[in-house]
Amino acid sequence: MKIVWVVESGQTHMKINPRKCVACGNCTYICPMGAIYIDPTINRAVINRDDCVECYACYHGMSTENLNPPIVRLIRKIFQFARLRFDPEPDVCPTSAFEPEELQWPRVIRRAFSDPRATHESTGVQGRGTEEVKTNDVTGRVQLGEVGFTIEFGRPGVGVWLRDIQKMTQALAKANVAFEKKNPFTHLMSDISTGTLREEVLNEKVLSAIVEIKVKIERTEEIIALVREVEKEIDTVVALGAGTRCDENGEENLLAPILERLGYKLERAKTNTGLGRVSNSVEAMETPVTVGEIR
Amino acid sequence: MTNTLHRYGDAASFEDDYIIFATPSNRRNDIDSIPKLKRFLEMALPFRPVNLGDPVHGGALRPARNLGPQSHWNRDMKPDFQAVIDGIDEPASVVAIFDNRGAAEGFLQAVVDADLGLSVNISTSIKGAEECCRAAGIPRHSVGYSLGFEGTTEKLPNTQVLKLMTMCGHGMISASLAKKMIDWVKEGRRNPQQAVTYMARFCSCGVFNPHRAQRIFEEARKKSE
Repeated sequence: MKIVWVVESGQTHMKINPRKCVACGNCTYICPMGAIYIDPTINRAVINRDDCVECYACYHGMSTENLNPPIVRLIRKIFQFARLRFDPEPDVCPTSAFEPEELQWPRVIRRAFSDPRATHESTGVQGRGTEEVKTNDVTGRVQLGEVGFTIEFGRPGVGVWLRDIQKMTQALAKANVAFEKKNPFTHLMSDISTGTLREEVLNEKVLSAIVEIKVKIERTEEIIALVREVEKEIDTVVALGAGTRCDENGEENLLAPILERLGYKLERAKTNTGLGRVSNSVEAMETPVTVGEIR
Repeated sequence: MTNTLHRYGDAASFEDDYIIFATPSNRRNDIDSIPKLKRFLEMALPFRPVNLGDPVHGGALRPARNLGPQSHWNRDMKPDFQAVIDGIDEPASVVAIFDNRGAAEGFLQAVVDADLGLSVNISTSIKGAEECCRAAGIPRHSVGYSLGFEGTTEKLPNTQVLKLMTMCGHGMISASLAKKMIDWVKEGRRNPQQAVTYMARFCSCGVFNPHRAQRIFEEARKKSE
């Protein structure tokens, strides 16, 4: 059986080389989106291009060997015929079959938001591309009496279409919230005043993305109610985070009581210890961090 | 990046999960931060971390390229902490993971004394972080609460799988792999340490806690969901 690459013009994406793949199935378990499967018509692993978010977990995460594909296939057939269990290491691609291609716009958005090793060009930050309260001691991003919300879509393991996130950003914009400027998702907006995303990115899917806003602490309940309402229209999971500044004694007695009254059982938090300080020269710094008035 | 905030579990399940990370802020204190980041991780070593990492190169357990046919029986299962420290070559958050509060408190005190000038955060139970700060004699500056998962939560896997996969907050550990490893441990095809090592290699920034994961595997071996 002759197996050839199917190259669609202008449709670059992560690929599995069918000349190398031995259909061991290891990669079908490691894809966070469940987008890899063995195609029975060719007996090779293939990637569902629509559901692949270009996170590169397959390419970066799997260890690799360079075994001879025909020999591996022969051994697998013999074992299969003899009904013997073939028990390979589960995190290895035995023939180094994954071959990434240079992604084109707008598909490159998928990798930018899904591959944590990629640095977001808009913010200069790896991972999800935002520092949120982690560097609040040097940025002053969220002040006493303010709350910074991180509204994260798609994680863990579900993914999200950007057209769905737009429902949330438009609702938040209508509520006059301030979007965080140093957040890569804000940079996808063509009109921040309406929360509208650039048209060409709407049909892209990502592993996760964080919408980051800031409001006065008095609006906490209103914003949470809004998020919960819009969530009903979005077919994915949402991980909600709320950050604020502690007082001079390290106490936080403003936001937590509101959240507990709303029914949240506060178990886990990220705590900024306040050990950071600005050390770059003034020329290397920039000051504005939010878009819109804080209300 | 909220890659450590939304780990699934209640406060008690974070008793062996203390994540302390140093973050240079873009255009604020990132210039000349690389030696400070290396020093931060070097200072963690005496307190016996269970993992170290950076988001560019990964954690102390990494995938290998060009394995040989015999490597299936001789794979290195030990974390390589020095490789993490040596590999830091650009300003980015670096992380040290501890499996007990005493170690976390001791390390935080050492970091306070070193006065690196970088933002340092603790990600664990709220009470655990408060006590670390109290022991080090510093007030908390800011706090970011996890409010958990909402929306279409029926798409989430069972809680054992969820606890394992959310230890890579960037989502690089799939639910399918976590479920497969639980099954393999139950069948006796692999032991918990081996299962943990396979999974840790996919965590691209090193926040995966092998100690906590091993405990979850031991629990799941006796009673899976």
